[in-house]
Amino acid sequence: MLNNSYVIGVFRFLGLVLAQTLVFNKINLFGQYNPMIYLLFLYWYPVTKYRASLLGYSFLLGFVIDLFSDTMAMHTAATLTTAFFRAKIMGFVFGVNLEFQNLKVSQSNRLQQFTFLGLLLLIHHLVFFSLEIFTLTNFLLILRLVLVTGMISFIFSALLASLFSSR
Amino acid sequence: MQRIITFILRNKIGLLYLALLFVAVLLTAQNNAFHRARYFNSANWLSGKLYGATFSISSYFDLRVENQRLQNENKHLRRMLFNLNATPQLDLDTTALDYEVYVAQIIKNSFSSPNNIITLNRGSDHGLKQDMGVITSKGILGILEQTSPGFSTVQSILNTKSNINAKIAHTDYFGSLTWNIKDYRFVQLEDVPRLVPLQIGDTIVTGAMSSIFPENIPIGTIASFDLNPTQSFYQIDVQLFNDMTNLKQVYVIHNKKRPEVLTLEGAIDVK
Repeated sequence: MLNNSYVIGVFRFLGLVLAQTLVFNKINLFGQYNPMIYLLFLYWYPVTKYRASLLGYSFLLGFVIDLFSDTMAMHTAATLTTAFFRAKIMGFVFGVNLEFQNLKVSQSNRLQQFTFLGLLLLIHHLVFFSLEIFTLTNFLLILRLVLVTGMISFIFSALLASLFSSR
Repeated sequence: MQRIITFILRNKIGLLYLALLFVAVLLTAQNNAFHRARYFNSANWLSGKLYGATFSISSYFDLRVENQRLQNENKHLRRMLFNLNATPQLDLDTTALDYEVYVAQIIKNSFSSPNNIITLNRGSDHGLKQDMGVITSKGILGILEQTSPGFSTVQSILNTKSNINAKIAHTDYFGSLTWNIKDYRFVQLEDVPRLVPLQIGDTIVTGAMSSIFPENIPIGTIASFDLNPTQSFYQIDVQLFNDMTNLKQVYVIHNKKRPEVLTLEGAIDVK
């Protein structure tokens, strides 16, 4: 018998991939910015699960997104790095609460949720755009892309997160 | 030995992360090489099918506009045909032609990243091969990069790796066309010497030095120009004729003489 949370995880994975590639990659806000909302997978992922499997899933998620958007393996590297630092971010954001194993992201307060989401997106966008531009001569461009795309990704992700929250 | 094992056990998450990151960076770096075989692109079966399916639905929404565009192009071609002095031969001997033209539709467009790749719904089964030129009714679009049986990817002119021979219309002053990733409406023409007389609004077309594109395919008009830092060449901003955000029907051009040209040029290089 399949675990319920496992099924939800699979549906989330597929849903986020489809939403990202078929809808959000075509938004092109102000002509050039596309929000990346698939990182909600890491936001929604249960707190207590094994970190090794989380790394595996992140690799797969990034890889599928890469396949669809012709970005080689840049989404993979960015998602993987975010997944690796996720535990540290959680420790920073939720502090002592993390010690209680039954912590749920949806039951923490708004500020904590937004900080958590924001930090995930920041790391991801930094890695992604650095790989995409790849030269330091374009440092200002990287910074602009990280800030603007990050902001847009944050708004869309926060909206989606509250839309699907269990509260 | 004991210490090594405990070290590995203690840092297994970190090591796993490094291993996976290594794979990802390797894939990225390998694919960055120009024309290296890219196995992971949107011309694969899975994404091709999915993009094809969504395209077959969304293409209904602008049929009217698309028809209008094709009719305008037909009108233009008809007018050219009627004004030719020679009578058009209907039973044209197609084996004698230098260029073969295929049609395709764009199922995934992209213009917001530094290296834009476009996906077409035709592939090697339909006769498409690497290094064919891709144009629309208004101007050039890019060069065919990878093919799978049913789909293919195009390296758009909006790609930092793109480098196409172009010239100023009705002259033989040529340069190379690149993109500085700043704006999807403009590409840059470089290496035009400063003694060339330029005017804002001059038309830029493909040059004769390319074995991929026929000569005189429109690209855009000069929007602004300036001397580059060495003061000996112009840096020209070219406004594209194509609206890169709104594309659907494309033509793929195959130069049948290209292998011959390449062999000849290769023979010179060897000496």
